[in-house]
Amino acid sequence: MAKTVTDVICPFCGTLCDDLEVQVSDDGTKILEVYNACAIGAEKFLHSQAKDRITRPRMQQEDGSYKEVSYDEAVEYTAQMLAKAKKPLMYGWSSTSCEAQSVGHEIAEAVGGVVDNTATVCHGSSLIAIQDVGIPSCTLGEVKNRADLVVFWGCNPSHAHPRHLSRYSIFPRGFFTGKGHKGRKMIVVDPRNTDTMKMADVGLQLEQGRDYELLSALRVAFRGEDLPDVVAGIPKERIYEAAEMMKNARFGVIFFGMGVTQSLGKNHNIDIAIMVTKDLNEFTKFSIIAMRGHYNVTGSGAVLGWQFGFPFATDLSRGFARYNPGETTSNDLLRRDECDAVFVLGSDPGAHFPISSVRKIAHLPSVAVDPHITPTTEISKLHVPVAFVGIEVGGCCYRMDNVPIESRKVVEPPEGMMTDTDFLARVRDRVVELKAQAPVGTQSTAEAQGA
Amino acid sequence: MAEYLIKNGFVFDPVTGVKGDKKDVAIRDGKIVDSVSSSAKVYDAAGKTVMAGAVEVHAHVAGPKVNEGRNYRPEDKLFGTRVRDSKDTRMTGGFSIPTTFKTGYSYAKMGYTVVMEAAMPPLYARHVHEEMRDTPIIDQGAFPVFGNNWFVLEYLKNNEVENTAAYIAWLLRASKGYAVKVVNPGGTEAWAWGLNCLSVNDPVPYFDITPAQIVKGLIEANEYLGLPHSIHIHANNLGNPGNFQTTLDTFKLAEGYKTNNKFGREQTMHHTHVQFHSYGGDNWGNFESKADAIMDYVNANPNLTIDTGNVTLDETTTMTADGPFEHHLTELNHLKWANVDVELETAAGIVPYVYSPDIKVCAIQWAIGLELALLAKDPMRCFITTDHPNAGPFTRYPRIMKWLMSKESRDERLNTFKHADKVISSTLLAGLDREITFYELAQMTRAGPAKALGLAGTYGGLAPGMDADVVVYDINPEGPFTGEDIERAFTDASLVFKTGTLVVENGRVINNGNKRTLWVDAKVNENAQVMRDVEEKFLKYYSVSLKNYEVQGHHYIPNPYAIEVDATSEV
Ligand code: SF4
Ligand SMILES: [Zn+2]
Repeated sequence: MAKTVTDVICPFCGTLCDDLEVQVSDDGTKILEVYNACAIGAEKFLHSQAKDRITRPRMQQEDGSYKEVSYDEAVEYTAQMLAKAKKPLMYGWSSTSCEAQSVGHEIAEAVGGVVDNTATVCHGSSLIAIQDVGIPSCTLGEVKNRADLVVFWGCNPSHAHPRHLSRYSIFPRGFFTGKGHKGRKMIVVDPRNTDTMKMADVGLQLEQGRDYELLSALRVAFRGEDLPDVVAGIPKERIYEAAEMMKNARFGVIFFGMGVTQSLGKNHNIDIAIMVTKDLNEFTKFSIIAMRGHYNVTGSGAVLGWQFGFPFATDLSRGFARYNPGETTSNDLLRRDECDAVFVLGSDPGAHFPISSVRKIAHLPSVAVDPHITPTTEISKLHVPVAFVGIEVGGCCYRMDNVPIESRKVVEPPEGMMTDTDFLARVRDRVVELKAQAPVGTQSTAEAQGA
Repeated sequence: MAEYLIKNGFVFDPVTGVKGDKKDVAIRDGKIVDSVSSSAKVYDAAGKTVMAGAVEVHAHVAGPKVNEGRNYRPEDKLFGTRVRDSKDTRMTGGFSIPTTFKTGYSYAKMGYTVVMEAAMPPLYARHVHEEMRDTPIIDQGAFPVFGNNWFVLEYLKNNEVENTAAYIAWLLRASKGYAVKVVNPGGTEAWAWGLNCLSVNDPVPYFDITPAQIVKGLIEANEYLGLPHSIHIHANNLGNPGNFQTTLDTFKLAEGYKTNNKFGREQTMHHTHVQFHSYGGDNWGNFESKADAIMDYVNANPNLTIDTGNVTLDETTTMTADGPFEHHLTELNHLKWANVDVELETAAGIVPYVYSPDIKVCAIQWAIGLELALLAKDPMRCFITTDHPNAGPFTRYPRIMKWLMSKESRDERLNTFKHADKVISSTLLAGLDREITFYELAQMTRAGPAKALGLAGTYGGLAPGMDADVVVYDINPEGPFTGEDIERAFTDASLVFKTGTLVVENGRVINNGNKRTLWVDAKVNENAQVMRDVEEKFLKYYSVSLKNYEVQGHHYIPNPYAIEVDATSEV
């Protein structure tokens, strides 16, 4: 016998599908089957069932081997490390729940840490662009119900967000889009001939790193002004054609990804993509949406926002929140040797940061909280395995369009395993004890300046 | 048993009719009581002003658009960033869109103990509740928006009031919402296609209904349910010269309806931030105040309550579910524009705005907001707001109080505008001598809003049995005092008790209080059709599943305060 849990949220990518069905053994300990998920989503559920999973914290020894320690010891080590540090980097937060993020922020506030999330190497440039020029956007359900033109720019959802096309953007039939994909035009802009590009009505395979120019050319084309014969490797006729399609859409949307956020131009690419969208609202209705990667990186930005006012790279070391990308961003802090301890939860900088930064982490006191063994846990002094959020414990997660969805617990974690929220709460309580004697912050500079 | 006695203050309480008499206020176990034992802790309020905790009827303080405002305006943190008051409080930051901690602390320091979040997109209800959870001290509720909701448009197109009511009850429960908010009825749905509805008779594209039908239908459904609050409306045509006519047209939609509720509420319509809706002229050149026409109507029609939406002359961040308005605004001031259209429900836009005293229109807006309050014959029906942060941050309330309570202070401001002559000739303010009294202030900020929200038995007064939200301000109402004294006293209260707990002492937060989340649990007869419609819409049109829609759980609402309404009937 088995039971089926319905309406399960997939804790993998920012698409945050919430229609999974998971078949669970009667005693609620084993996942037998996962329905409706894409391959990468299903893999995450099934992987949690691995027989050789680490279920207790491990300390790295001098010789590089590991010794199992208790959660009590792990809490003590982590709290001591954070309480002693002058400016610990507390990085990750994108693959965990908003409750865990919130407790993490309490710790960061108590110890004067820097809280940064994976946007720092991903859509941070988009967040900066939004701070420059705003963002006209919509929920994914609006796309499903209304969009007749969809642009994918520098992203390849067929691989990175596999169910995006079927759930929201291309295939679904919505209220005003009863014809499904037959009623939608699809433009794809990418230097590579991706699988998404192959599906496009109009594929613009531009020269690498020329996104800004092409976006700029579109703005010229909207205004009916002259273009050079070729821009970014695309003949002007095709640019005019794409511009006309966009202007004539009833409801259009641009989805963009890492191809534009982390290539030459970075935030400037997003700036102008947003201005393209704004221009189009002179003619019709247009939105733009970032294809956020981790399932709750958006939530991390949200919680940081309401608690401190900034979406990433938030430095609390002076007793008030500061944000200055390039200075308070993880890699810049590591490169300048500005942090003296590293705490990672809900991300894998060991795999995603430049090797120079990874080396720095390896030389610092470090704790990695992660259900898996990852490149980060391998270089950290302490690895604390925890239950999987969205599988073994619930919690709030924000989809790429900022829609919050409560993830579900479908099975019990292995006997005696902590959740990240529980672990963080214990670290927080211990840190508060350790800090009890320390003086509270003095007057802020803002106050000193008479603000 | 926790007992407190606040002795010898000048008490202003419209609920008990006390107008500045020297009286003691007694608190026991979180409630106001007649008297306490001799072991009560005594606070001396001699020479000071004592009022109930203030009640905020309309502010945008939690949720997706507020947070987008914070995150996309790092520059707003340049000022007003603070280290912690004490080990028990949190860091704070932001000016026009403060962090949640700052929001809670700043309201509490001014003596506000209840704050209503004015626009909750139901699909984002979890976000609103997470922020309210992280807003310390103050009790809060949130108004889900209904005026552009597809269920409502479809039911009301066919005049199906009972189905609308059943859907409202369902959505209040699903979103843990407090009241029926209506923003630019029909216009925001039109905005999904880049269009708008500028009058009460403009048809809503595709849905074959007008704003007038939406508003009337929602009033009927609201009264059918007998909700604590009336519908809470932001009419069509906000912010445009000549819009006072649309506002009057909207007011008139409420004529002929009777209230039906057990909460003592008397109005059938609350119109919010009326300042933005009281404009004459037909362009920015001949833009002028129509506060007199608006207030003549309000004064003559007791079925209406309003709040002012006072311009504070600051740099701020505008944000509203009136999506087309924000687009219009970014075209005017060319500052950064954020917008979110929300499937089946609503939209929201955000644009920073600088209300400069050197710009004639801004100064006229400032005057209009004050005129509304000064022309109000019944202070129990006109409440002070800034539509925070739209006309200015709520932290400026003490300054508005100064302008309302001191003719000298407001004349000083009026006469020193760059375009003072033009401002004076386009407004009535120079001719208004009234100074709002302490008692009237208590009506406009305490008893009035509490009554309009259907909360008169709990908040906004000092009668025995009510919640012990009590504030002591360091100002002697018998004078002498200047406008500056008023502003200073109302910025940092001497003492604030929230449900009987001392949370602010001498302008410093000393306790995070015992915050509650208010929501309305309305019971209706089972309605199979509405439930079928709900299931169908989620299956076909929403991007989340029905089972993942309802806000539930301790981490969203750790301390709920559900107000029950029974609208079931014999069949
Ligand atoms: S698209 Fe993303 S969220 Fe959906 S099932 Fe696949 S991995 Fe999970
Ligand atoms: Zn408002």
